[in-house]
Amino acid sequence: MEKTLLKNIENPKSADINEYMNAGGYKALRKAFEMKPADIVEEVKRSGLRGRGGAGFPTGMKWSFAVATTDRPKYLLCNADEGEPGTFKDRPILEKNPHLLIEGMIISGYALGAEYGYVYLRGEYPEANDILLNAIKQSYEKGYLGESILGKGARFHLYVHQGAGAYICGEETALIESLEGKKGQPRIRPPFPVNRGYLQKPTVVNNVETLSNVPYIIEVGSEAYSKIGSPDCPGPKLYCVSGHLEKPGVYELPMGTTLRDIIYTHCGGIKGGKQLKAVIPGGITAPVLPADKIDCPMDFVNMPKHGSMLGSGAVIVMDESVCLVKVCYRALKFLEHESCGKCTPCREGTGWLRNILGRIEYGEGREEDVELLLSVASNMMGKTFCPLGDGAASVVQNFIKHFRNEFEEHIKNAKCRFR
Amino acid sequence: MLSEAVIKELEEIRQRYPNARAALLPAIYIAQREFGWLSPEAYEAVSDILGVPKTIARGVATFYAMYKHKPMGRNIVHLCTNVSCMILGAERLVDILKERYGLEPNSTTPDGRFSLVIMECIGACGTAPAMLVNTDFHDNLTQENIIQILESYK
Repeated sequence: MEKTLLKNIENPKSADINEYMNAGGYKALRKAFEMKPADIVEEVKRSGLRGRGGAGFPTGMKWSFAVATTDRPKYLLCNADEGEPGTFKDRPILEKNPHLLIEGMIISGYALGAEYGYVYLRGEYPEANDILLNAIKQSYEKGYLGESILGKGARFHLYVHQGAGAYICGEETALIESLEGKKGQPRIRPPFPVNRGYLQKPTVVNNVETLSNVPYIIEVGSEAYSKIGSPDCPGPKLYCVSGHLEKPGVYELPMGTTLRDIIYTHCGGIKGGKQLKAVIPGGITAPVLPADKIDCPMDFVNMPKHGSMLGSGAVIVMDESVCLVKVCYRALKFLEHESCGKCTPCREGTGWLRNILGRIEYGEGREEDVELLLSVASNMMGKTFCPLGDGAASVVQNFIKHFRNEFEEHIKNAKCRFR
Repeated sequence: MLSEAVIKELEEIRQRYPNARAALLPAIYIAQREFGWLSPEAYEAVSDILGVPKTIARGVATFYAMYKHKPMGRNIVHLCTNVSCMILGAERLVDILKERYGLEPNSTTPDGRFSLVIMECIGACGTAPAMLVNTDFHDNLTQENIIQILESYK
């Protein structure tokens, strides 16, 4: 497959605007500005593009809600807060191909009637911050950003806002709160951000990878785009693969590539010829899969049918040396730390799950602990304000579902045999 | 007190946002850079410039993991121990920092050379284990090269 998102990134100067333009960059912008905004929205709708942040919501549909409101100003926010452990897919776009994202945001802003854009960039990416600021400056100099883009009268201003280390700010309403200078705690919905988002104005929040798909859709048209990857869920997809692999990294592949292909064909299989034990296919809160359940197409539609989710496309591969109780414990330690504290089931539940998992891992587990974990998890599931709490419950439920014997063995032997 | 140049920088940042409150996170970063940590004086400066009460600024700052609420060493080691780094040996690296420098999580060496902050995923999972020293990424860490890397930070 021809690379579109990671196009030209082998070029050491790929982040420079002239190199980007030599490789065909900003042509889609010129084409888009010959189109009516409503036609761009329609084109994105027809392309079948789904949000790449994790939820997989149809982008064109989100946009059409925002277009329908007449309230002004409108804001376009780019979610570059990829904090889901295992996720590093947006980083090559931000660091190596920043103009693709900027071009995508200008086209999207024009289509939506949004005059102001912010990239909410995670604080842990200081290099990306410098690169992005320089790229934005270059784009202003060429007249692609500013008061009258290409002299055609449409205005778009773009800023970078650095986050400060809070996983929850990847949730779009928490991101908006944070961009307002507040604690990153999620809002109740409705109202949805497309109607009342940033400072109560209509706001579209899209992921880096989502926005970076837009120039290509405009360039080749929705019909050609929709032929890439899965029929229900088309387009190129960035899979970021980590763990015990010969060749971990970020791979741009057609959406719907199977997990087995990703691991064995593209990443060269398990490091040192060891046995695969388990895979977390979509970032740490995606349900874990055992080694014999990896023949699943990695897209938003098929993964739930195979007992997991695509999430952010962050594949964590674990070989036979890994203690899954410990991985589960580490995941809950993370989620407890990142729980924003707003709602009780999540704030208290993540702490209790971490506590019980810790005592099992460290040889002090009690006979009733597996059932206790499931009971706490079921009291969280569906009862929390945002998906963080559900995610925490789901992590525990799925580790126990597939690897219950490993938990029971820890409790019975009062130790972890992987130490 | 902040210098004229820093006050100007803060005023420019303020212009990027529709209101002063929205500029709070970047303003706290600037104050932290100028004062070394979020001292009472740092909150005072942010509050004066943005017109946001100090209690609000502190309430917001303490929500986020990357703000520093106590004086830090000259070099801040942000070491990731989340799952992708953990399964490739990050916990052993924590032990090595303790053995070599007496450096424990959330503490600073007595000579003020290093502070250690344990991170929750820094997005370098494909080249794990990884750390950020100040704003420099270092990945593919081993028990040997982590010391070599840190020796270049004085």
